[in-house]
Amino acid sequence: MSDLKTPLLDELEKGAWPSFVKDLKTMADKKPMVKDLLRQLEKSYTDKRGYWKHGGLVGVMGYGGGVIGRYSALPDEFPGVSHFHTVRVNQPSGWFYTADALNELLDIWDEHGSGLLNMHGSTGDLVFLGTVTDELEPTFRALTAKDWDLGGSGSDLRTPSCCVGPARCQNACYDTLALTYDLTHKYQDELHRPMFNYKFKIKMSGCPNDCTAAIARSDLGIIGIWKDDIQVDQAAFAEYVDSGMDIQGAVVDKCPTKCISVEGKEIKIDNSDCVKCMHCINTLPKALKVGKERGAAIVLGAKAPIVEGALFGSVMVPFMKMDDFEELHDLIERIWEFWDEHGKNRERIGECVERVGLANFIEGIGLEPIPQMIKEPRDNPYIFYEEYYEEE
Amino acid sequence: MAGEISIEQIADEMYQLVAESAGQKKLKSTDLTKAMTSKYGDKVSKQDCKDAIKMLIDSGRCVYGYYGGSSIELPRVEGSANQ
Repeated sequence: MSDLKTPLLDELEKGAWPSFVKDLKTMADKKPMVKDLLRQLEKSYTDKRGYWKHGGLVGVMGYGGGVIGRYSALPDEFPGVSHFHTVRVNQPSGWFYTADALNELLDIWDEHGSGLLNMHGSTGDLVFLGTVTDELEPTFRALTAKDWDLGGSGSDLRTPSCCVGPARCQNACYDTLALTYDLTHKYQDELHRPMFNYKFKIKMSGCPNDCTAAIARSDLGIIGIWKDDIQVDQAAFAEYVDSGMDIQGAVVDKCPTKCISVEGKEIKIDNSDCVKCMHCINTLPKALKVGKERGAAIVLGAKAPIVEGALFGSVMVPFMKMDDFEELHDLIERIWEFWDEHGKNRERIGECVERVGLANFIEGIGLEPIPQMIKEPRDNPYIFYEEYYEEE
Repeated sequence: MAGEISIEQIADEMYQLVAESAGQKKLKSTDLTKAMTSKYGDKVSKQDCKDAIKMLIDSGRCVYGYYGGSSIELPRVEGSANQ
């Protein structure tokens, strides 16, 4: 380490928060490639430009996704990162790992790569950061020998991802873990053999709290919802009142449709006006629960601002029972069929819907128009409305 | 009807398309599928085309590439690779 001079990176180690620089320095003692990674990064900071080349043909035999090729633009100066490919590993549903599973992965990566991990990438995969081309097949063999598989990358179905769902959350309106497992297995070809116009992300959230941000970050969002009334435990509500909690300020005034009122120690909810924002349930978890008639809303078309601007998902199906997943499979395949037929290269499904028109799209996939299908949801997740500041 | 043209024949014809467009145009999976379905109509299905692409890739005659979008290409050393 004594020969490693990184004054600009050293600045990032200062302050209260853990720094990736400290982690990299720890690994640099064990892996020469990490030392060169730090050197190249320091040069990037000094010169104010990146020195990575995106390489497009590396991969493992048979798969078109899962490996992202990366080469240094300065291989002679930094030979350790001459190749520095990234491997995406399909994560377990809900990101539940046993300690044995983690050790298994770490052993594989210590043997075949830099030892650096990203847990997790924004798509959801566990990401192995940095290896050379010759180590890709051995890494893949070692992973599959232990029943792991690669995730998606490129113009394919990206690794389906979900919240912890019913495993740890009382709000889950369907089994997100089971659905993620089901979709991952059913659409193996679409996940590993790119056949789309561009990427397609599916995220599953068990309730409208949307802990996977499916509404903003997935082409197809499956968000748990209920149809009947919010379940109320009036005795538990009375305990909140007795505790001195500001029910009016914390719950009633913050209901977006003003459908909550309090009479004495009883809460009244006009469920016909409820928009399922979850605020009251989150604030009074002992007194309020999601309804009993549960399923999911299907939203389509969200994306981050790559190529075109950011989009939120539009409702396609306001309520789908999730007892079995056949109805969902059928919908997904009709969406892909339409996208195959009418989509352009590098056009996400949300952009395709905007271009052809919502009416043409829903007719094309065989859905009936309904009031919940709004043409323009808030189309930029980064808008800040002035009135919020005025109220404050 | 689908199945009248063998998967091997579809794969061979797809390979020809990839070879002819090498260096000029990157063909996607959907380009190859559309070329086959427009040539043979309902004599080939999308599943036949998927199977043919799988055959091309698994045999090593073609590989997946990525530059902006995923494509099916002839095996070669990519330009950005450091030897």
